[in-house]
Amino acid sequence: MKRRGLFYLQLGFTLLVCAFLVVPVFLSIMAGLTVNYFVGIESGLTLRWVMEVWNGYRDTIFLSIGLSLACLAVTLVIGVPAAYVLAKRQTALTRALEEMLVLPVAVPGLATALALIVTYGSLSGFRTSWAFILVGHVLFTLPFMVRSVLAVLSAIDLKTLEEGAASLGAGFWPRFRDIVLPNCRQGILAGSLMVVTLSMGEFNMTWLLHTPFTKTLPVGLADAYASLRLEIGSAYTLVFFLMIMPLLLALQAFAKPRPAKFVAEDAE
Amino acid sequence: MTDTGNKPVSIALTNCSKTFPDGTRALEPLDLAIHAGETVVFLGPSGCGKTTTLRIIAGLEEPDAGGKVLFDGVDVTHLPIEQRNVGMVFQSYALFPNMTVAGNIGYGLKIRKVPDAQIKARVSEMLAMMQITRLADRRIDQLSGGQRQRVALARAIAVRPRALLLDEPLTALDAKLRDTLRLEIDSLLRSLGITAIYVTHDQAEAMALGDRIVVMEHGRVAQIGKPREIYQRPATRFVAEFIGTMNRLTGSVSNGTFTCKAGGIAWPEAPSSATEILFRPEDIRVVESGEATGLKGTVAAAFFLGDRTRLFVDVGEAQPLVIESTARRDFSHGDRVGLAIDPRGLLVL
Amino acid sequence: MRHETRRLILLLLPAGIVFAAFFLLPMARLFFIGGSGKTGWAAYAAILTDSLYLDSLLSTMAVAAATTAATLVISGISGVFLQRHKFPGNALLVSMLTFPLAFPGVVIGFMVIMLAGRQGLIGQVTQALTGEKLVFAYTIAGLFMGYVYFSIPRTILTVMAAAEKLDPKLEEAARSLGASPWRVLLDVIIPGLKPAFISAGAICFATAVGAFGTAFTLAAKINVLPMVIYTEFTLSANIAMAAALSFVLGIVTWLVLAVARTAAGSSVAAAG
Repeated sequence: MKRRGLFYLQLGFTLLVCAFLVVPVFLSIMAGLTVNYFVGIESGLTLRWVMEVWNGYRDTIFLSIGLSLACLAVTLVIGVPAAYVLAKRQTALTRALEEMLVLPVAVPGLATALALIVTYGSLSGFRTSWAFILVGHVLFTLPFMVRSVLAVLSAIDLKTLEEGAASLGAGFWPRFRDIVLPNCRQGILAGSLMVVTLSMGEFNMTWLLHTPFTKTLPVGLADAYASLRLEIGSAYTLVFFLMIMPLLLALQAFAKPRPAKFVAEDAE
Repeated sequence: MTDTGNKPVSIALTNCSKTFPDGTRALEPLDLAIHAGETVVFLGPSGCGKTTTLRIIAGLEEPDAGGKVLFDGVDVTHLPIEQRNVGMVFQSYALFPNMTVAGNIGYGLKIRKVPDAQIKARVSEMLAMMQITRLADRRIDQLSGGQRQRVALARAIAVRPRALLLDEPLTALDAKLRDTLRLEIDSLLRSLGITAIYVTHDQAEAMALGDRIVVMEHGRVAQIGKPREIYQRPATRFVAEFIGTMNRLTGSVSNGTFTCKAGGIAWPEAPSSATEILFRPEDIRVVESGEATGLKGTVAAAFFLGDRTRLFVDVGEAQPLVIESTARRDFSHGDRVGLAIDPRGLLVL
Repeated sequence: MRHETRRLILLLLPAGIVFAAFFLLPMARLFFIGGSGKTGWAAYAAILTDSLYLDSLLSTMAVAAATTAATLVISGISGVFLQRHKFPGNALLVSMLTFPLAFPGVVIGFMVIMLAGRQGLIGQVTQALTGEKLVFAYTIAGLFMGYVYFSIPRTILTVMAAAEKLDPKLEEAARSLGASPWRVLLDVIIPGLKPAFISAGAICFATAVGAFGTAFTLAAKINVLPMVIYTEFTLSANIAMAAALSFVLGIVTWLVLAVARTAAGSSVAAAG
């Protein structure tokens, strides 16, 4: 009897936490689709606010998508090889490097952004281009790609697999192509989703790094929250949800462990 | 099925030692000659240097400066494994999870840029030889341990290597499967006629497979010889006790008799300095009552094993003697028994 | 072997160059700029000597500590519960609790406004009940709420992962020795989850100290360190002070994570 009571107490608590997280999302979606949120749903539903966002902030959406894809490309090209080296050579030096790579995540984005501005802000061609924001995003997301790939590479017996390939005649680059890359596919995929999602939502750095011509979606959101009516802010948030929803769902699907396969000894 | 293609290679190690970066000495300087086509088993407890030696031969490790590895007299010391054309079977199999069974077996040929049609033919041949044709398109995680073992063997042989190196290939399997596969590997190695080096810590495997056995201890070779020599004429105490079971008696020699606490053994050739003799369980037996006997002991424990009884007989030494008795007799704890030892099996080390 | 080392260096080089050029070098420059203002290197001491900065440092720490405590309690209870009891709808609850994982701070701030803002739900409910409209989104309480919102999803994931690895046999052993459920919780479950709590807590704390988006959305008037830095930089154009403050802020968050990593004995995956 006591046990069931405890169960329902915990369930109730968990439902409350869920409500805390989910209710504002619903409120904001409703607000974005309501003619007048202050009056309430009676005022009717409309797509007017969403259209206003589309007309006013379309560019931020495209810039954010472009930025996140560029960020993904860079982190793939520089992050995956780095993760491989870190997995392969476990020395004090590589461990220190791994620690350092995480610094841009540990250090507040504001600090990183300021550092970039005081160092490269005077290169006006660079400062005003979207590449300036890209640099910040790469710093911030690179550890996630590296860690994700590294986690997979550490979980498999990379050394023996490579020795196996070498014993069959495969040199360094064929091994990297045929054995290393295919076997860290899962990590690359999970890392890619993470990189795109984070780049899409990055604000702390981007707010300082952006210029009026390089506004990303979260920057536009902050603008809208500060200066426009609640319904437009909500509609804009709705657009953002729609964009990251597939990414988040994919990430969740990835986080689920695959059922372990049991293979019995066949009758041989 | 003698299509290894390449002629079997002879392998020689000269002055090969190995010190790891952390200072551990894994291998003392070693000289070793392996004849073309023979199967040599490296046997020893873990940490004895057997795997290190195999990895030096494979090209996965380089010996310390001064050491040389020769394949058919050609120095390959600094040649990495991918250029040595050896086939290797790993303890954990090292099968590529991103490829199918057929993909794994054909990988070495693909690296050698063999035309697709030939790869296909060779892969089918290997699948048929290992009796795993029906598994060709399976993923590795869908295979049982025994099946993985066969794929690993097929993959190593498919490239027609000059030598086949096997690192504890059966250790990960259960006992029954180990017996079956040991037999299969034996007939495979004989039919291929390939130079094979097999590392194991299991003396039964070593005895069954090796043309010669290299027993290793603490990074040194303790003895090299045919299985029978190793068993019957062990060179050191370590070899004697690592392989099979050894009984031990302490005492002294006088007038052609070895005398110990439990009695005397007539042994005309006894070296006068012997204070300890060793012998195998099969060289001692329990005598029937009435028969003349030199030794007497008390049964400490008796395990009925079906075809025989394993007796532990207390003779006043630190360790009881182990005796395999086939007598249809019901031994029990505390029985006094007479013992007879065949002096031909006695060793002094 | 030497060949291979050269190739590995080659593979590490691109990441190394990007990192050195765009993080290490700028951070070093930030450090020197911090000491180049009117007050020189004293700018670094100002965070402790100037009451304006000290106050904001203290309130930043306070809100971060409160966030960490609240998040750990909430996520601990729900995380262990969801890991232990598999009932229909469990997966849905887990999805809902982890869904806001990647919401940026600005969006979190907006969520707080939806709940506790001028037109928020809490205001409407309290007005209907008491006639008083409760609005706290634009204060430090709103910020606290936002940080908790932000931290719950990732903390629950960490707790669930750790709870999954707890050996249920330990609990059974404790119960077989006569321990009450309460003692089992204290003696077996909480010690087993401690490393996860330490690492998740450190991340909560570090992100709450360094986060900027939520505070920015809620109000410029909330006196936390990131807002002060922003104000110094944009409104006062006091770049040196902003640099000094953000460098110190960076050191603080890095230290928290480093200490937690040592304490937890396992790697702490930081997340912003």
